[in-house]
Amino acid sequence: MLSKRIIPCLDVRDGKLTKGVKFQGNVDIGDPVETARMYYEQGADEIVFYDITASSEGRGIFLDVVERVASQIFIPFSVGGGINSVADMRAVLCAGAEKCSVNSGAVKNPDIISEGAAAFGAQCVVLGMDVKRVEKSAQIPSGFEVVIHGGRKYTGMDAIEWAKTGEALGAGEICLNSIDADGTKDGYDLELTRKVTKSVRIPVIASGGAGNPQHMADAFLQAKASAALIASIVHYGEFTIRQLKEHIAAQGVHMRTTW
Amino acid sequence: MLAILDYKAGNQTSVRRALDHLGIANQITADPDQLASADGIIFPGVGAAGQAMDELSSGGLDEVLKSLIWQEKPLLGICVGCQILLDYCEENDTRTLAVIPGECRLFNPAWAEEDGTPIRVPHMGWNRVELKKDCTLFKDIPSEAEFYFVHSYHPAPRPEFVIGVTMYGENFCSVHGRTGLWAVQFHPEKSGAPGLKLLQNFHAYCLEARHAQ
Repeated sequence: MLSKRIIPCLDVRDGKLTKGVKFQGNVDIGDPVETARMYYEQGADEIVFYDITASSEGRGIFLDVVERVASQIFIPFSVGGGINSVADMRAVLCAGAEKCSVNSGAVKNPDIISEGAAAFGAQCVVLGMDVKRVEKSAQIPSGFEVVIHGGRKYTGMDAIEWAKTGEALGAGEICLNSIDADGTKDGYDLELTRKVTKSVRIPVIASGGAGNPQHMADAFLQAKASAALIASIVHYGEFTIRQLKEHIAAQGVHMRTTW
Repeated sequence: MLAILDYKAGNQTSVRRALDHLGIANQITADPDQLASADGIIFPGVGAAGQAMDELSSGGLDEVLKSLIWQEKPLLGICVGCQILLDYCEENDTRTLAVIPGECRLFNPAWAEEDGTPIRVPHMGWNRVELKKDCTLFKDIPSEAEFYFVHSYHPAPRPEFVIGVTMYGENFCSVHGRTGLWAVQFHPEKSGAPGLKLLQNFHAYCLEARHAQ
């Protein structure tokens, strides 16, 4: 039986691990390669690296981080941030990542999803979605709108429709981040997550708001997420991944507990 | 030395990194002489069966591989490399190498998980392998160990070639072949300690097979 996945997300800026709240006020909190190795040893099922570097020099440093991770960590990991073309995808996949996550780049040019799936296989292409709650309207009937640029720019796209479009274009997975919940530690947006998991047949990763293991169990049991993204709950040492998994497994969720 | 088959479509570098980490000498190659002199061959793969088969046959590698398999060169197929050993794959309606009888099928979308929800495709994540017969590859790997899968098509070999099965809505064959010619649907190079152990077991078998000759 397929296990639900716990995926720590590492934001990397200029080669260093960083963490912000609601995409603002980032502080450096460590070395991404060492941290990734620690999570690997603790039983992380996958790791996500998000490059929030702006400069091209920083991009080179980031790709070096990806290569070092790939030579030390033997579980899948994906890379997001700044991926706007098939060439960007190829660079991170060649550096050793299994998957790449397209977000703003796919909003601006949806063909990047189908081109990436054709070149590398659907399993390589994760559609990353940042979503905010808005008033329901004719344009946004679900009340969930896709946003880009870290939540600063509204796209006028309904999140549920965009998820379906991404699936149709060939995305192998969706990473669904609630900007409202991000960094709050009040739990995932279960309503949003359930709406998306009902609308597509590809796996969905719940993201934004994890503050305790119950939040993750809720995302799996109530919202039918396939995986849960976490950050501060482990970055600051509140829980180890093993502790999280034990709590979640006690709720009857199938977790990988041997590694 | 283990040869990692280079046919462009595969993701050979992950396998190479895992073998490097284990201290197992390896070479990414498409050269028939190097393949023939290796202790064993790893046939990796991600992507689509049709594209992979095109790459193999355009360079004549399909015939090279088949002939080495007939000569009992140890071989481990991974993911697409596991599927291509069968006769046929539904993906891109592809005739494949036909060294193990059977075919490769799309997951049936009518299959459902225990809670009644239909399975999601691709089958992506960690899952167990229930062995149907003893297998050298799994020596000293605990039965509750999980491996990383990512695929939309699954092998369906003739029953006598089924070595292990995995539950995803229903049981599908996740390990097939015979001694010395193994195919695993999951990615041992991305399955943490149990996956690395499996690669070590394959290497150990290759060395024994060479000494026995």
